[in-house]
Amino acid sequence: MTISALVFYLFACITVGSAVMVISSRNPVHSVLFLILAFFNSAGLFLLLGAEFLSMILVIVYVGAVAVLFLFVVMMLDVNFTELRQGFLQYLPVGGLIGLILLVELLLVLGSWTVIPDAATFAAARAPDIAAVSNTDAIGRIMYTQYLLPFQTAGAILLVAMIGAIVLTLRHRPGVKRQVISAQVSRTMKTAVEVKKVQPGQGI
Amino acid sequence: MTSTFSADIALILPELILAVGALALLLVGAYRGEGSSRLVGLGGMAVILVALFFTACAGTGETAHGFNDMVVVDGFGRFMKVLVLIGALVAIPMSVDFLKRAGADRFEFPVLILLATAGMMLMVSANDLITLYVGLELQSLSLYVLAAFLRDDARSTEAGLKYFVLGALSSGMLLYGCSLIYGFSGTTNFSDLAKGIATLGEHGAGIGLVVGIVFLVAGLAFKVSAVPFHMWTPDVYEGSPTPVTAFFAAAPKVAAMALFLRALTTPFGEIVAQWQQIIIFVSIASMLLGAFAAIGQTNMKRLLAYSSIGHVGYALVGLAAGGEQGIRGVLVYMAIYMVMTLGTFGVLLVMRKDGKPVESIADFAGLGRTHPWLAFVMAAFMFSLAGIPPLAGFFAKFYVFISAIEHGLYTLSVIGMLSSVVSAFYYLRVVKVMYFDAPEGQLETPFPLASRVVVTVTGAVTVLYFIVPGPLVAIAGAAAKTLVR
Repeated sequence: MTISALVFYLFACITVGSAVMVISSRNPVHSVLFLILAFFNSAGLFLLLGAEFLSMILVIVYVGAVAVLFLFVVMMLDVNFTELRQGFLQYLPVGGLIGLILLVELLLVLGSWTVIPDAATFAAARAPDIAAVSNTDAIGRIMYTQYLLPFQTAGAILLVAMIGAIVLTLRHRPGVKRQVISAQVSRTMKTAVEVKKVQPGQGI
Repeated sequence: MTSTFSADIALILPELILAVGALALLLVGAYRGEGSSRLVGLGGMAVILVALFFTACAGTGETAHGFNDMVVVDGFGRFMKVLVLIGALVAIPMSVDFLKRAGADRFEFPVLILLATAGMMLMVSANDLITLYVGLELQSLSLYVLAAFLRDDARSTEAGLKYFVLGALSSGMLLYGCSLIYGFSGTTNFSDLAKGIATLGEHGAGIGLVVGIVFLVAGLAFKVSAVPFHMWTPDVYEGSPTPVTAFFAAAPKVAAMALFLRALTTPFGEIVAQWQQIIIFVSIASMLLGAFAAIGQTNMKRLLAYSSIGHVGYALVGLAAGGEQGIRGVLVYMAIYMVMTLGTFGVLLVMRKDGKPVESIADFAGLGRTHPWLAFVMAAFMFSLAGIPPLAGFFAKFYVFISAIEHGLYTLSVIGMLSSVVSAFYYLRVVKVMYFDAPEGQLETPFPLASRVVVTVTGAVTVLYFIVPGPLVAIAGAAAKTLVR
């Protein structure tokens, strides 16, 4: 018991610490690397909770794909991040004040909460019985059966994002060499290969 | 609650037709390449017509829930869906001529309209906060792209970017509200929410839930462009290509209003007292801003943007009144408003001077002498938007205000009437410019056919509505009955 508590605090502290480093480090590449560290430790937290599928997915998708993509983007784009941060100190007082007011308001809300009596029943009704199925199975049932429609609609939203990106940015430039498969296939030996007689001892 | 998968599919058949049709047309466009926009446009209209047929005619006409209660199909949804589909159906042909002249007649335009419409249909029949959100995002994302469709035009890209950034902010607020509601009730489902709240009693909702509702209303108010979340409207309406603006003012507004009505009346119908005052405030603020801010405008599209803010305020009067009669008022209002606004934008779309689309009010000068019919129809739209009898706009206002008065909301009604009088000033100014100012320059003829047809039909409906006002009100009444039980 104490070991799992210790491991939890280890993972949690490193996650929070690296999250702070993500937004505070000067070098954007370091930020991405700290982000990867944060992902790894959150995966550990999921593992502690018994959600092994989510934890593995977090490592595979977020560390394996998303963070590496970030890294590529950060390295490829020459963005001057210090310039982007210039207004930060200037806006800090106002932003901090608004944040503080919101925080106080939220505390007031939480201070006098009343939850609907049936809340636990409602929440449990939608999820499969976790004792009967493995958690991968449970996620599958929730995503592909219970919430099939929003899941598919989310796919449609991604399609719209793709169409939008193409509509707004794709330009057909003239003079770009493209692959023309029919032209490639219809080439004959005559047009493709030139046979030259080379005399020994002489160049072409 | 146990429904078979095929029954679920049958329930969202119109949405599926739109989505699958959009995919098929996307493939057609991608294979045929440039110059297939005409074919895809016609295909898009055909798809919408089929969806319209299935929405209006298929099904038993009874309320049905599907996909584990994620969606609901009822008379109210059917009414709003028909309006949305008509708005989308009109948007495609109206855009053809404009986009061709702007050099942007690309096949993605009808595809995006179809996908946006699918999102709106999903919004209308959402019975769960999750369905509500994904439908809303499907719609909004398509609209952001449409707003920036003239990508080489600085104003259009600016409109798209502004709409996107502010839309993302409003989505954030909406989601925050949803998460609070979920946190305090344990469910995102409208039916469950209604059941759970019913156990709490009239004033026992608790601050947490009410804060959630406030954030939800803020997000939705942004989507219908109600004050104080209206800032984006004039800029986006002005910058977007005119046919896109026409579409914005018609279909998405109807869908968002439907969402507004359902999201407040179905789950939170028991605690009307908690949100009614918010709606009353939003309604009054929208009506007043719509009336006063439009006075100084010289650009017709900006004027119509402020006018649409005002009209949303009038429609919300019906929601504030609540009950079957109030909802019926909103339904009638949205139907008539859509006809009027499509017609007005149709007039804008037929007018071109010196190779450029007409946008400023000064360009309407002397229209009464040069094109008497067009001027007459435009004058009819303006009088109707101002709410002067016997035109259709009068009946729209009549039904919402009568419901407000019967529910004892006298202050709201009086402010509404007064702001209606103020707003008549700028509508009448357009009429004055058309009939009493000297004409300048020549309009390009012949007018594009599609917009001419739209103007003629909507004009006829606006002018002649008073002869048979009964059917629309009866249908809207039956639809409202299914929402308020």
